[in-house]
Formats: sequence, C-alpha cells, structure tokens
Amino acid sequence: MKRLRRAFLSPAWLVMGVLFLAPLGVVCLYSFLTRGAYGGVGGPGTAANYGRLFDPLYGVILLRSFLMAACATALCLLLAFPAALFIARAGRRKNLYLQLVIIPFWTSFLVRIYAWMFMLRDTGLFNTMLQSLGLIREPLPLLYNDGAVLLGLVYGYLPFMVLPIYATLERLDPNLLEAAADLGARPWAALTRVVIPLSAPGIRAGAVLVFIPTLGAYLTPDLLGGGKSIMIGNLIQNQFTTARDWPFGSAVSLALTALAMLLLLVFLRRRGEQLL
Amino acid sequence: MRRALGLYAVAFYAFLHLPLVVLAVFSFNASRFTLWEGFSLRWYQAAWRDPQLAEATLNSLIIAFTATALSTVIGTLCAYGLWKRGAPALSGSLYLSLVTPEIVTGVSLLAFYQWVFRYLHFELGLHTVILAHVAFSLAYVVIVVLARLRTLDATLEEAAMDLGATEWGAFGRVTLPALAPGIAAAALLAFTISFDDYVITSMVAGVDSETLPMVIYAMARRGANPVVNAISALIVLGLGGLVLVSERLRAR
Repeated sequence: MKRLRRAFLSPAWLVMGVLFLAPLGVVCLYSFLTRGAYGGVGGPGTAANYGRLFDPLYGVILLRSFLMAACATALCLLLAFPAALFIARAGRRKNLYLQLVIIPFWTSFLVRIYAWMFMLRDTGLFNTMLQSLGLIREPLPLLYNDGAVLLGLVYGYLPFMVLPIYATLERLDPNLLEAAADLGARPWAALTRVVIPLSAPGIRAGAVLVFIPTLGAYLTPDLLGGGKSIMIGNLIQNQFTTARDWPFGSAVSLALTALAMLLLLVFLRRRGEQLL
Repeated sequence: MRRALGLYAVAFYAFLHLPLVVLAVFSFNASRFTLWEGFSLRWYQAAWRDPQLAEATLNSLIIAFTATALSTVIGTLCAYGLWKRGAPALSGSLYLSLVTPEIVTGVSLLAFYQWVFRYLHFELGLHTVILAHVAFSLAYVVIVVLARLRTLDATLEEAAMDLGATEWGAFGRVTLPALAPGIAAAALLAFTISFDDYVITSMVAGVDSETLPMVIYAMARRGANPVVNAISALIVLGLGGLVLVSERLRAR
C-alpha cells in the first residue's frame, strides 16, 4: 500500500517541485541579488530590493492596491449578501440559481473583462447610447480609471463572495428565524440581529477569497485601468518586462505571495477546515 | 422583504449576465460601430478567414489538450494518494499554488526557464507553455477529484482485496470507475482554465506560440473591433458549455 501511494504522489511532487517551488526559489534568490548593467542579475547580495518597497514611489502603488482590494471586497459583500440570501431561500430552484452564478465565473476571465471594455470605452455601448439619445455630446471618460478597475474587480470575483455566504445561510436553522419572529422581531431585525451575525463565517471566508486575488490582480487593472490605474500586479509585470529590474520585481512578487499565504493561513487556522 | 429580495435578484443576475449577452448580440451587428444596423455574420466570417486567429486557436487547443491530459492523470493519482492519508507538504504547496497571484506564477516560471536555459539549450515555445499549464491546473484537478473520492466508501477497496484483488486491481476496477465522473469534471475544468489563461501564458510563450487569449488581448487593447465580439461569443458558448457539463458531473 505504501509503495503504491508513493508512486501515485511522486508525479505531483515532481510537477510542483520543478514547476512551482523551484521557480519560486529562483525568484527568492533573485530578490536578494542586484540588477546587472544590461538588465541581467548578479552579485553582490543585498536586501535593498525589499527596502525599496517602502519608497514613496512604490508605496503609493501598494497602498492603492490595498485600498482597491478592500473596496472591491466591501462592494462584493454588499452585492453578494442579498443574492446569497435569495438563493438560500429559493427552495427547489436553488441549484439553478447557484449554477447561474458559477458558470459565467469559470467561463472566460478575459472575455468578461473585454465585455466591460466594450461597454465603457469612448466608442462603447454606454457612450454611443447616451450620444444617440442626445444626453451627452462628448463621450464620458468611463474606461481607464479607478472606477472601471473597481467595477472589473467586483464583477470578476463576485462569485467568490456569494458561494461561501450561501453555504452558511443554507445551514442556518430556520427555527431560529421563527423564534426571532415569535419573540417579536420584525424581518429587518431578524436579518440584522440573527441572520447576519450567524453568517459571519461565510462572510469571513468570502472576504479572504475576494481580497487575496484582487490584491494580486493584474489583468483587470491592465485592461480596464489602461496603465493609469496601476496595482501591484502591474508593477511586477513592468519590472520583469519594460523596466527589466528582475531583482526588484522578484522582491515585490515574494512579498505579495507571502502576504496572500499569511492571510490564507490565518483564515484556515480559524476555520479548521480543509479543501485538500 | 421577499418581493424586494426577488427584485434585487433580477438586478443581480442581470449584472452578472447582461454584459456577456450584449457582447454576443453586437457580434451580429452589421455595423462596425456600436449602433445596431441589422443582423449580419460578417464578423464571424472575418474571424474565420483570419490566419492569425486560426493559428492561435490551434496553439490554444494543442496546449489545452496536452496540459489537460497530463494534469488530469497526475492530479487523479495525487488525489488518490492523498485520500486515505494526508501529505501536508504536498497539500501545502498545492494550496500555495492556488493563492499565488497569477502574475507571480508567470514571472517566476519565466525567471526559472531563463535560468535553466543557461545550462540546457532550449527556448520558450509551446512546450514551456504546456508545462506551465500543467503546474497551475494541477491543484484544481486534485481538489475536484479528492472531493469525489471523499464521497466514496473506502472499505469497498478493502472488500475487493479481501476477495483476492491486488492493490492495482482494487484501484483500477473498484475505485477508478466510481471516480470517473469526478475525473471528467476535473478534466473539463482544467481544459477551461488552460484554454482561457492569458497572464501566465503571455509570460512564458515564445514567438511562435501565440495563443487565442493573447491575440484577443492584443486586439482588445488596439481598440474597438467587432471581430473580438464574435470570437468572445464563441468562447463563452464553448467554455460555458464545458463548465455546465463539468458542474453537472460534479453534482452527480
């Protein structure tokens, strides 16, 4: 039994070791090296790359990423909670409504971002409609700003908030609501004082699941922010391509990954549940 | 309160789905501009005749099929290995691969490949993309298959072995057939995320290995182009179908 098990696990170890852990190791190594004259990487070893994270120039980008991720998480929560409540109370149609949330989510991230570009750009759907109705003369600058990025992030990660909240609401004992009503609570009071507090685990899970990927988002700010609304992901990409400062890019990458991992660990510790 | 919730749900689902529906509707617009001028298939014809799109689609299919095959086999074996007894280090690195931002996975693979190329004579190309896709889809396969395994009765295998089956026999003839829907769901999911990936792919693709998402990205950046609407509609339909089947299989 043992030998079979080891044989079954070894290909996965090989893939994870060579194609995930080793690359992270290389990035870790690079983050302590110095940028060479032609964009290469070399000695001497230094920790200065991490120090540059606190340089105001980059600090602004970090701060802005945190703010964007926090706003996206809050908006997702606001939008997802009533939706999750609706699905949890939908009776036999639950699965249908749930799938209607999941399917567009897995379908194509790129296409879903492009759909918003199509609607928001100067010659896009909204501006064309408003112009043909005579409401505006010049197109409104809807695309390439913080608002567009935030919209894209919320749209992109909304299901991550709906699913865990739905899962806790599903398990909620309906007798509790009846008890609240018997004791004279109006629906609103029952919602704010019974349902919402009891769904806290789902809300926490959703917040972590939305915050982690939005903090490291690259494609959404790239396409909907158009270089004007930069986040950490864009900073990393830029250091590895245009700026060719791999050591600094590596330091930012590692800091971001460590933060994501830390958040997940804190969350898993509290919850004591596992996926794998 | 019930009515309000229902009304909200209508708005919520409209927000989720309308952007894609509108995109698809305008892919049939006769005009190049965003004003409706009548039904036409010209953008689909233009997409069909575009040699760059054809090549990119072929690349994407080759990558997605190969990567899916590899990650499904490796991930299924791995899930089976983790079923009865955990392996915290392996699970931990699979978790880590899930929470690592895509752009970080992309640049670290790029750095790694460049470092390996110093010693071995290789270049970026389809193979580097395929390996990258196997790595990032593995965790998804393991999660889906393991979820299915956890619904199975572990004692069935023991019963088979008591009745004289070998370990392999018990795995191949008892567990594997019961696992088949989960494996199929995992494969469809892996195919979807591989076919759709832009961020990691764009970091590790060579000059001759442009994929469909890379072409769409470039077209989307260049400006309004109804051909992108047409391809997008086809992708949503195709991948949406795969996801639907995958969800059904998982629910079984």
